Amino acid sequence: MKRADSLITWYGELTTRQQLLKRGSLLLSPGMLWLMLFLVLPGLVLVVVSVVTRGAYGQLEWVFTLENYKRLAGFTLFGWTPDYLMILWRSVVVAFFTTLVSVLLSYPLCFFIAGRPERSRYMWLTLVIIPFWTNMVIRAYAWFLILSPELPIAKLAAVFGFIPEGAPLYPNAFAVYLGMVSMFLPFVTLPLYASVERLDWSLVEAAQDLYASRIRTFTQAILPQTMPGLSVGIILTFVPAMGMFVVPDLLGGAKYMLVGNLIQQQFGTSRDWPFGAAISMGLMVLTMVGLQIYRRKGKEVQVV
Amino acid sequence: MNQNQNLTTDQSLSIKNICKNFGDVKALDDVTLNVASGEFFTLLGPSGCGKTTLLRIIAGLEMADSGRVFIGGKDITGLPAIKRQVNTVFQSYALFPHLTIYENIAFGLRSRKFPDAEIKKRVIRRLEMLDLSSMAQRHPHQLSGGQKQRVALARALVNEPEVLLLDEPMSALDARLRAQVQEDLRRLQRKLGRTFILVTHDQAEALVCSDRLAVMRQGRVVQCGTPEEVYDNPKDSFVAKFLGAANLIPCTKAPGGVQTAFGFLALDKEPSWQEGTVAIRPEWIGIGDKEPERNGIRAHVTEIIYRGTNFDLWLEPGPLRVRTSSYRRIDPGREVWLELAPKELVILEDEAR
Repeated sequence: MKRADSLITWYGELTTRQQLLKRGSLLLSPGMLWLMLFLVLPGLVLVVVSVVTRGAYGQLEWVFTLENYKRLAGFTLFGWTPDYLMILWRSVVVAFFTTLVSVLLSYPLCFFIAGRPERSRYMWLTLVIIPFWTNMVIRAYAWFLILSPELPIAKLAAVFGFIPEGAPLYPNAFAVYLGMVSMFLPFVTLPLYASVERLDWSLVEAAQDLYASRIRTFTQAILPQTMPGLSVGIILTFVPAMGMFVVPDLLGGAKYMLVGNLIQQQFGTSRDWPFGAAISMGLMVLTMVGLQIYRRKGKEVQVV
Repeated sequence: MNQNQNLTTDQSLSIKNICKNFGDVKALDDVTLNVASGEFFTLLGPSGCGKTTLLRIIAGLEMADSGRVFIGGKDITGLPAIKRQVNTVFQSYALFPHLTIYENIAFGLRSRKFPDAEIKKRVIRRLEMLDLSSMAQRHPHQLSGGQKQRVALARALVNEPEVLLLDEPMSALDARLRAQVQEDLRRLQRKLGRTFILVTHDQAEALVCSDRLAVMRQGRVVQCGTPEEVYDNPKDSFVAKFLGAANLIPCTKAPGGVQTAFGFLALDKEPSWQEGTVAIRPEWIGIGDKEPERNGIRAHVTEIIYRGTNFDLWLEPGPLRVRTSSYRRIDPGREVWLELAPKELVILEDEAR
């Protein structure tokens, strides 16, 4: 008998392999369609646009070239400059430290919330979520107020000589990090909290019983257990942080440009879509590489 | 007998006047216990009696509100778990899921920075002792319940603790395996000569394993002694019923014995109370067709329960439970004579009314 025709049971139902396949693809098709329309298709458009030429008025001219990628790599008419690569690299660094600081802040926060009585936990979680209810741009502007020269933070910084007297604490790298971390903290806190809340404390006690130091208790009893939530949090932060442009634009000023700003500029004021598409591709590749490195490292942590 | 007086230098563990409250609940109420070096000691009691809390206080995972804990004569009351020469086998085993069996067992030695060669030597010895050698490179999720339990045991023993604490280590095993593991545990303890403290709610486990046991109830130690002492002479009806089965007979004192609902019963000893309870184990009641010389009761069988090794009979008046050997089937409705021999009747001294 042919394999495809043979009867099999599927959750108590008698059916054939062919029929299952048909039904499976039917059920999957809405999702597939969605992915095609909003991920694969735009991705292909981006690839195509990144290899065509910009016309004199910003229109696309169908002359295929790798010029945009060369430009991104720093080769110009006047020789090689690392400007664009620097911006890309800076974006990686900012995303990395934003993620790191968010993780470092989230752990104590999650343990604090998980340690509250059951009823007040939801209040604390709501407090973590509340910033989400406000638009990102408005939140970035809120930092202007907080960092303005009249308020104690800027005054204190002036006392220690970090900034001139009467100046605001922006635009600079510090303000960008502040804005980024406050923006992305909940993305780490919420998934991490889900892991922390379910933590099996008997493993922590076992580590204590077996003479483990605080660091060893964390790496051996807590970290492996919270890895699922932590992974989600890291990816949810690192990936969007790489492309973030609102916060660096407002709080970083023109001197502190990230790749997000650069892309926005190309599609906006510069009207250079092909170059913008090429940078976008570069960002995507970098993000993929970053995730891949994280996956490798993550696996090592799991095994060791 | 005052437990405080026989405190000697070979006391492995000594607990003095421990109290612990959780909110309004008194988890432990002035508990004092002494455990000799090399003794297998069991804390037995129903859930919520405070036995696990006491174990956690000994381990250093919980701090007592008042009272002191001594190990080997040294006061360790204020020391945290990581500074105590005590290791625990947890109820859930709490094996580290991301570590191999070898690394799980090596955990405590690695924490204390033993050299690799020494760790290897010790871990391999424990692996062999507990028949786990072939499992060394596996992860906990690949093991059966019994194997996990042995790993937990090896992980604790490899540190050579002065006192090994076992928190209901067999509750996750099925009944057949449990009986086997109880005997193994007993043998292992004899072989090692270390002090073991077992927490359990399973009376069979307590009887099989212990040198001595303490029956706990509502944060207090009700009775403490060897399994035979406690089984043969329970102090009150709680101990009598918790450790084995017992017929409890309310009674009032009378010259030479007690007056009960079945009539006069002669006793070997005078009870200290006027009104109280006497107890008799179902297997200690004699059953026959002729009237015995003393303490005979005419009764008829109302129910018979087959238990494999024996029959349990329920009789009226009473109801009284009588255990007979499995070749003596007595059908319901039969009239028989019961003998509640004076030497088998236990006066529950703490059960005055």
